[in-house]
This record gives sequence, structure tokens and C-alpha cells, in this order.
Amino acid sequence: MTRVLGLVRTIALTTALVGGTAGAQTIKIGVNEPLTGAFAASGTYVVNGAKIAADEINAKGGVLGKKIELVIEDNKSNPTEAAAVAEKLITSDKVPVLMGAWGSSLTLAVMPKLMEYETPMVVETSSSGKITTTGNPFIFRISPPSAVEAAAFKGIVDKLALKKVDFLVINNDWGRGTAEDFSKMMKEKGIAVGLVETMDQGAQDMSAQLSKIKNSDSETVIVTTAVDQLTLIFKQAAALGLKKRIITTGGSQNPDQIIAQAGAAANGTMHLTTFLPWFPDKTPNPEATNYFITEWKKRGFEFAGCTESFRGYDGIRTAAAAIEKAGKAEPAAIKAALWDINIKGLNGDIVFRKSGPEGKESGQSQPNVYLIEINDGKVGLKTL
Amino acid sequence: MSEFLQHLVNMLVLGGTYALLGIGLTLIFGIMNVVNFTHGVLYTFGAYIMFIVVQQLGLNFFLALPVAVLAGWLLGAAIELTLLRPLRGSDIDTTMLVMIGAWIAMQSGALWIWGGVAKSVTTPFPEAPLVLGPVSVSWLRLFVLAAAALLILVTYLLINRTSLGRAMRATFQDHDTAALMGVNVDMIYTSTFAIGSSLAAAAGALLGPVYVIFPQMGDLAAVKAFAIVILGGLGNITGAVIGGFILALAEELGAGYVSSGYRDAMGFLIIIAVLIFKPTGLFARAERVG
Repeated sequence: MTRVLGLVRTIALTTALVGGTAGAQTIKIGVNEPLTGAFAASGTYVVNGAKIAADEINAKGGVLGKKIELVIEDNKSNPTEAAAVAEKLITSDKVPVLMGAWGSSLTLAVMPKLMEYETPMVVETSSSGKITTTGNPFIFRISPPSAVEAAAFKGIVDKLALKKVDFLVINNDWGRGTAEDFSKMMKEKGIAVGLVETMDQGAQDMSAQLSKIKNSDSETVIVTTAVDQLTLIFKQAAALGLKKRIITTGGSQNPDQIIAQAGAAANGTMHLTTFLPWFPDKTPNPEATNYFITEWKKRGFEFAGCTESFRGYDGIRTAAAAIEKAGKAEPAAIKAALWDINIKGLNGDIVFRKSGPEGKESGQSQPNVYLIEINDGKVGLKTL
Repeated sequence: MSEFLQHLVNMLVLGGTYALLGIGLTLIFGIMNVVNFTHGVLYTFGAYIMFIVVQQLGLNFFLALPVAVLAGWLLGAAIELTLLRPLRGSDIDTTMLVMIGAWIAMQSGALWIWGGVAKSVTTPFPEAPLVLGPVSVSWLRLFVLAAAALLILVTYLLINRTSLGRAMRATFQDHDTAALMGVNVDMIYTSTFAIGSSLAAAAGALLGPVYVIFPQMGDLAAVKAFAIVILGGLGNITGAVIGGFILALAEELGAGYVSSGYRDAMGFLIIIAVLIFKPTGLFARAERVG
């Protein structure tokens, strides 16, 4: 019995030592993204972008003299899983900072865990306003909230001569938040808001919603969802003979994928995006954009994924910059350092400003928003 | 009015595939008393066969359909022989647990092989829809409806007009008596499961190209198939066909005139009502007891 116990103790000690040394050699960053389920395509793109950032940083010597190591977990496009994944990354992998969780509902589900374990998270994609207004000081968002998208869009509504719009949005915090923020902006501009139709994140048949929209008296439809569902919507809208102007929001459209899969149905559609991989020279940081796109293509990924993957690239660079600035890989120090960083993101400078109730503000950077239009299967830039 | 007509057309197109999903499941439950949790995975499997044959091997779309049906038949027969046959005579709960295990294992297998990112299949049908006055419908969907109707007809004839079908019906009524009359009950079970599986694979092969293909696509399909089977009465093929169209109608009109946010809830509200007021299903026949 004693011998067995001794053996167990030796194994435990060895594991702890080996594990301990391995942990000390790298600095871990937790990545909480949807790799399966409704948002699998988008989450996979973000992770691939994150890997480019990690490799680039490590090739230059890492941070604080150590390599960074991404601990990537799949949240299955499911809020419950997203919270469990965050807990696992923090308690078991001992990551001092996270990036995630793609969808607004996923991020919102993770947020209480960040409070519980006092660990900061860089939010790379989510756009629901609630994320940075409910008073969670561990949130640092580099993507635009939907109100910022709506405000950017405000400038062009006169030019487009919008009169009445319908909404077709994904039935979660992202979609409903977008419908709310855009409706508010439209009403201020004197534009009537007609139908607000929703769809489940896993729904594949939107014919019923589209039939209803087809027969309404609006001339424009604002659509918010991720790329897979969008492609289905374009195909089904074409099959129903829906001839209204379609504008998508959220920046997860991968316009090239829509052109490839929806064909002629994509022509004349407009999309609010947060990155311009088609026109690197028009981005705020052309040199970095070119490097990223070249690296993306070199790895054999589809160009269409760029509009999504750049978020992962910027997110990891943000986290790494904060670790460097903090001088140590500890959650509290990284959280404090995130307020002081200023890095050149692919879509503008990443500098966090305070947002939300006083005393427990979240960080929000101010990225750019662009409107593009697809014509003859090509992406063109519209001036906002 | 034109919106209503469009909803009706959508209902027909959707209902045909729902019916196809339902009959495969109801057949297996009715004859074998097995709750087939792998139904959704077989649906997914059929869709991936389409993807392999059309996108990866570059073969003809119409050739891929029978390949998917055959592959579903073979996988179904394999599941029956390896998992269900050794469990013959076990209680329904044990079988159910094994089938849930098989479902999870196969879904994870699909994820391992093809990854979580959705795939799509190109079809030979024109992009421009068929327009009839205020109503329009895509050619692909019309083809899917026609193919589903054909498969339902073939299944109906197989069960009602062939000696295999007579043996299946006999086993359904009383498998001990059928065995005494010289029916090879083991063979009937394997055939039934294989036929039910090939129908699920056919539904996946037809709907995969309409939508997108991913490992969890079968989950929602399976839930709907169960709903249809409950609506139509367990083991009732005609009931499953009508149940498929009722579910499609409820979803279309529910989304069109009530609220699209609750589209998938409509069908289940009907099921709750059926279970309360007519628990044997809407079309249950009088059944011999004992």
C-alpha cells in the first residue's frame, strides 16, 4: 500500500514538475470560439487569423521573452458551452487572458465567468450594445457595437433614398440588438420601419419569412446574420422572386463567399463590413493589411474568410500587447495594461475608451465601418 | 392573397421532404418497436454522400441520389446487424440508450472526417425560379418534391404490393405468429431498418443541396421526424405523410401570420395538443389488443 502511494506521489510530482515547466516556457492565451454549430465557418476563420498573429509574434521572439501559446476551445455556437469553455480555460489551463466568444449571446454568457475569476477578455466580433454597457470591467471590445454601425450608416440613408425598411435578423442578442439600434436611427431620419422578422440561428428554411417580406410595402430589407445563413437567404430570396434592396450588417458576411454561392442573387446587395481586404490601400494600416492578406493566402485559406479572420489577428495582437505592457502574465496586470495599449489594428488604432456605468467600465475601441456594394460579381466601396 | 398562395406552395415543397423523413422513422418504430435515434445522422450521412459524389468525385448530380440511397441502405443494415440484432428481446430503454450512443458516435465521426464548417453542393438546376403569377418556386425544390413523392409511392407499393411488404406487415401485427408462419423475422427486421435508413439518407441527399451540409444538420431534422410520427400515429405510414404536410403548413402559416420567432414552436404546439386530445395520433386505426 505504501509503495503504491509512493508511486502515485512520484507520478503526481513528475506531472506537476513537467507541467509546471511547460507552463513557464510559454504564455497562454485562451481562445473561445464557435468551431462547430451555426457559426462554425466564422469561428474557424477567426481562429486561423489568431494563429497568424501568434506565429508572427513568436517569430519575432514572443512576449516577455517567451512564446505565446493559443489554447483553442470550441464553444459549439452554444452560450452554455461558451461559459463552460471559459471556466475550463481559466481554471484548468490557467490562461491569464482570453479572446472570444464570436457571437453576442456567447460573449454575454461568458461575462459572469470573467467577473467570477477576474480574468480579462478581448471581444473580437460581438456587436450587441449590452456587452459594454452592463458594467463588466473585464471586457475589452475591438469590434463595433451595432449602434456604431447604425451611426455610420446614418450618413448614407439619404443618398439611398430609403423610405420604408423591413428587418430579417437572427433571433439572438446580436440580431435583436441590431434591429433595435437601426430602427432607432431610421426613425430619427424619418424612415418607416415595417416588419421585423426573426430566424433561429440554426434555421435553414427562411422561405416563410421571405414570402412575408416579399409582399410588404417596403423597398429595402436589412438582414443580420452570419455567412452560412446569409447564403441560404440570398438563394431563397431569389427563388421567391424577392426584388427588394438587401443590406446586411454585422461584418460576418464574407462577401466573396456570397458572390460565389449566391451568384447573380448577390448583385445589387450592400454590406456593412469592418475590414476592406479588397482595397488594402484604403485601410488605416495598409502595410499590416498587406502582410496579413499575403500570409492568409500563403496558408491556403479562402480569400473570402479575410473579412472575418482579421478580427482574430487583431484580437491576439491586442492581448499580446497588453501582456508585454503588463510585464507579467497575470490577469490583474493584463487588465490594467489593456487600458494603456495603442496598437495599429487592421481596421484602425486599437485604443480602449471607457464605456458603461462609472466605476466598472468596459473597454471599447473605435474601429471603422464601411459600406460595400456587390455589382457584376465584384465588390465596390460606397462612401459613407 | 398572393402571400397566402406563396405560403401554400412553400408548404407543399417542405411537406414532401418532411413526409419522407417521417415514413422512414415510423416504419422502423412500427415494425421493430425501436426508437431510432440514428435517423438524423442517417439524414446527415445521405447529404455528405451527395457532397462526396458531386463535389469531390465530380460525378453527376442525378447519379449521386441513388448512390446516397444505397449507401443509407447499407449503413442501416450494418447498424441493425451489429447493434440491434444482439439486443433483440432487450427492453426498449436499453435499445434506446444504445441508439443514442450510436447517434453521438456517428455525429462525432462526421465532425472528425468533414469538420464543422458547412459544405454546399452545386446542382444542375437553373438559378432563376419558375414564376406562376404571384407565386414562384425554385426548380431544385420542385425536383425535390417530385423525387420525394416518387420515393413515398415506391415505399407504399413495396409495403402493400410485394411479398416482402406482406411479411413486414405480418411481423408488424404479430411477430410470433409471423415467425410460426415461416416468415424470416430476422431478415424482415434487417430489411425494415435498412429501408427506413435509406429513406432518411434520401431525404438528406435531396435537402443537402437545397440547404448547407454540416454534422449537426440531422438534429433538427430528427426532432421534426419524431414530431411527424407522433402526429400521424406510431407506425402509420399514411399518417406520417399527412403529418409531414400538416407540420409544414403549421410552420409556414405560423411564421407567416403569427411570429417567425416561434416558427419551430408551431409544430410542437400541435404535437402537445395531439398528445393531450388524441394520444394515438391523428390517423390511428383501431388496434387489436393482445
